[in-house]
Amino acid sequence: MSDTPTRHVTVTIRPKVGLRDPEGNAIEHALAALGWQGVTNVHVGRTVSFELPAGDDDTARSEAAEMCSRILANPVIEDFQIEVGGRGV
Amino acid sequence: MSGLVAIPIIPGVNCEHDVAHAISLVGGESAFVHHMEATLPSGTQAVYIPGGFSYGDYLRAGAIARFAPIVAAIGRAAADGMPVLGVCNGFQILCEAGLLPGALARNVGLRFLCQDVHLRVETAGTPVTHRLKAGNVLRIPINHGEGCYTAPTETIDRLEAGNQVLLRYCRPDGTVDPDDRESNPNGSLRSIAGVTNEAGNVAGMMPHPERASESILGSVDGLPIVESLVKVSTTAGVA
Repeated sequence: MSDTPTRHVTVTIRPKVGLRDPEGNAIEHALAALGWQGVTNVHVGRTVSFELPAGDDDTARSEAAEMCSRILANPVIEDFQIEVGGRGV
Repeated sequence: MSGLVAIPIIPGVNCEHDVAHAISLVGGESAFVHHMEATLPSGTQAVYIPGGFSYGDYLRAGAIARFAPIVAAIGRAAADGMPVLGVCNGFQILCEAGLLPGALARNVGLRFLCQDVHLRVETAGTPVTHRLKAGNVLRIPINHGEGCYTAPTETIDRLEAGNQVLLRYCRPDGTVDPDDRESNPNGSLRSIAGVTNEAGNVAGMMPHPERASESILGSVDGLPIVESLVKVSTTAGVA
């Protein structure tokens, strides 16, 4: 019986660089109002984390990249980053 | 013989009865079709994807609905030239499915917008605008949180050059100003409110024509759009 180990994957999806990010802007203004002047480049995205059966990190990464391009992110308006955190628990 | 307009029912969509009613107002026939169906009802000559919040807008508006079997069937029919109109969430689903270019991002002011807008018809002669003329101004309501039409600049240039911009948000006098939040409240790029695919048979728009289809609703300006789709479905094609 094969017993494929699982990898813990965290995908971070953000508005594409260069596109308007009204949510990030609103938070930037709120931070400034609270005294954090000079904070820039505030962006809001979402995180999708999951356990994936994969023998190694590269396999997990390429599976996750395909998930991102097919459903998790919309390439027209979003960028994504994939982090593979070793074996899942 | 009357052509049938299929109305896909995807969980969370909530305008299907309004759409069926508006279609009946112009003498058309419609049929609801379940999202798990892999084919359109026999006799279908056009599709009207209603608005709502499919799958609770989880992940992104329309992102999960695009994988519904019925959306695959709509994609196949669209490739064969069938007229398809997606309104609001229907528009978002068509963009997510890659049947229309671009994407609908969060409204620039972050507010959910539920109000009348004015629209200028940019391209007449499509399956959803052949009862209208370019330059006509319509008053139709919007009802969305993610309606800011967004696409790479080169895509938008291509849409404009190819007459794929269907409608733009405008002032009551028909003038367009993308930076004017009064007339372009969601901040859509170049005030784009609706687009078509390259072939012109697939159209998407954020405003709800079915909600402007009877005088008791405050406007009948959406009726020519519904009527265009219904009539094209009865004649199976427009010149």
